[in-house]
Amino acid sequence: MLKIENLQAKVADKPILKGLSLEINPGEIHAIMGPNGAGKSTLGYTLGGRPGYEVTGGSATFNGEDLLELEPHERAAAGLFLGFQYPVEIPGVSFVQFLREAANAQRKGRGEEPYSGGEFLKLAKEKAGLLKMDMDMLKRPVNVGFSGGEKKRAEMVQMGVLDPKLAILDETDSGLDIDALRICGEGINSIMRQKDKAVLLITHYQRLLDYVKPDYVHILSAGRIVKSGGPELALRLEDEGYEAVVHETAA
Amino acid sequence: MSDTLTLPTRRDEDYRYSDLAALETLWPITPEEIHVAAGAEESLQVVLDGEAAVARHLVITLEKGAKYDLRVLSAGPVYGRFALDVRLGEGADFTFGAAQLATGSENLEIVTKVVHAQENATSAQIVRTVLAEKAVGTYLGCIGVERGADGTDAEQSVRAMLLDRTATANAKPELEIFADDVKAAHGCAVGELDAEGLFYLMSRGLPPADAKRLMLQAFIAEAFSGAPESDELNAAAQARLEAILG
Ligand SMILES: Nc1ncnc2c1ncn2[C@@H]1O[C@H](COP(=O)(O)OP(=O)(O)O)[C@@H](O)[C@H]1O
Ligand SMILES: [Mg+2]
Repeated sequence: MLKIENLQAKVADKPILKGLSLEINPGEIHAIMGPNGAGKSTLGYTLGGRPGYEVTGGSATFNGEDLLELEPHERAAAGLFLGFQYPVEIPGVSFVQFLREAANAQRKGRGEEPYSGGEFLKLAKEKAGLLKMDMDMLKRPVNVGFSGGEKKRAEMVQMGVLDPKLAILDETDSGLDIDALRICGEGINSIMRQKDKAVLLITHYQRLLDYVKPDYVHILSAGRIVKSGGPELALRLEDEGYEAVVHETAA
Repeated sequence: MSDTLTLPTRRDEDYRYSDLAALETLWPITPEEIHVAAGAEESLQVVLDGEAAVARHLVITLEKGAKYDLRVLSAGPVYGRFALDVRLGEGADFTFGAAQLATGSENLEIVTKVVHAQENATSAQIVRTVLAEKAVGTYLGCIGVERGADGTDAEQSVRAMLLDRTATANAKPELEIFADDVKAAHGCAVGELDAEGLFYLMSRGLPPADAKRLMLQAFIAEAFSGAPESDELNAAAQARLEAILG
């Protein structure tokens, strides 16, 4: 589904990704873990096409298409969803209006009929219910006045409505209390754990992985994947810390 | 205001940024008198959406306790000037919400003089300007508070959004205060759309023009919030935004 080869990227003229390779197949859940500043968010933004994240080498192919050639909205229409570490507040823009326009823009891009008002509301209600989010919140401006946990749940509601093929979720677990963590984890499973979908979870901690069990765990350090393994790798990291595990690789 | 018969020049403060060639074709501008009687409540909504140059000058008097709600959408004229002279009596209340949307080499301006002549009057002006390409958008707003007009509450909130670096926004809020007990808040800012917000919206599938339009609609709606016909104004603004963003 996603094939990243030797990806290199710069931010503000500073090389951050230094030859990253990763392959994700349909039905798989991958976790990327790594210390602060390793380049995890940079990987997400680069794949999402954020302006200012300049690819200087390598490739990323998404379902046979050159992902890096596409505009951000075209990547979304192709089935990529990027869950933000810090969801952006957009004053004055209603969450439901934005989400409906976004969903219909994607559908248009794929040559599908737009959702009617009724269809959309039904879908949004269903996904909000899944994430235990009050529909009234979604009538408010995008992320404005949402708590940290509400922002992350609102990201998952968007993911549910947009129904992507691949979700890259950047620290969806940060800022969540125990209950919200479980709700988000269950939301991810229910929306994304399907044969034809895949997830790339970016996280610092093991705790989200208790709910969303990864098939593969990768350690990102200094812009490269330095070690890959199964779920047990995340547990070892939790016990021994990045230092020990990364060092052992280098040795 | 300057002499009503001689064509103004660049040296006239109120016409500093005007399109003088276009102004000449409209000159002289006939002032339109509006009188709001004591205790009366009135509102007016003006949409300037034709392409032709237009210049209007409203002279508004609010008697004791009168209320007036004026909303203006200037979106289309190659040159559009909207000037206001407002005089508020005791306890009067004046609301002015305006949006100017321009592209190409259009020139839009709002020039206001709001005078609090007596005690306890309130005025609020909210002006939102969106400028693309080589458009020029201007707000010159003077608030005067006369001797004895204590308890005045005058507010100006003026913001412009530049969609291209080639556009020009001029904003000059002024205060002339001759009373002691006066609350006058003014904010004035020129900026660009928040890049992070834009990327967030696009990452969810909105094409760039739609992402910008959504953010700009929210920006403009601030000028029409609380208006009796805000839906109509917002719809007209949206249509113009769509045209500007292509
Ligand atoms: N906009 C930016 N400008 C300059 N440096 C940046 C920017 N964004 C990220 N960086 C730098 O890139 C490196 C990787 O950051 P990031 O991808 O956010 O790491 P992580 O998500 O793994 O904590 C850090 O050294 C950070 O300082
Ligand atoms: Mg990060």
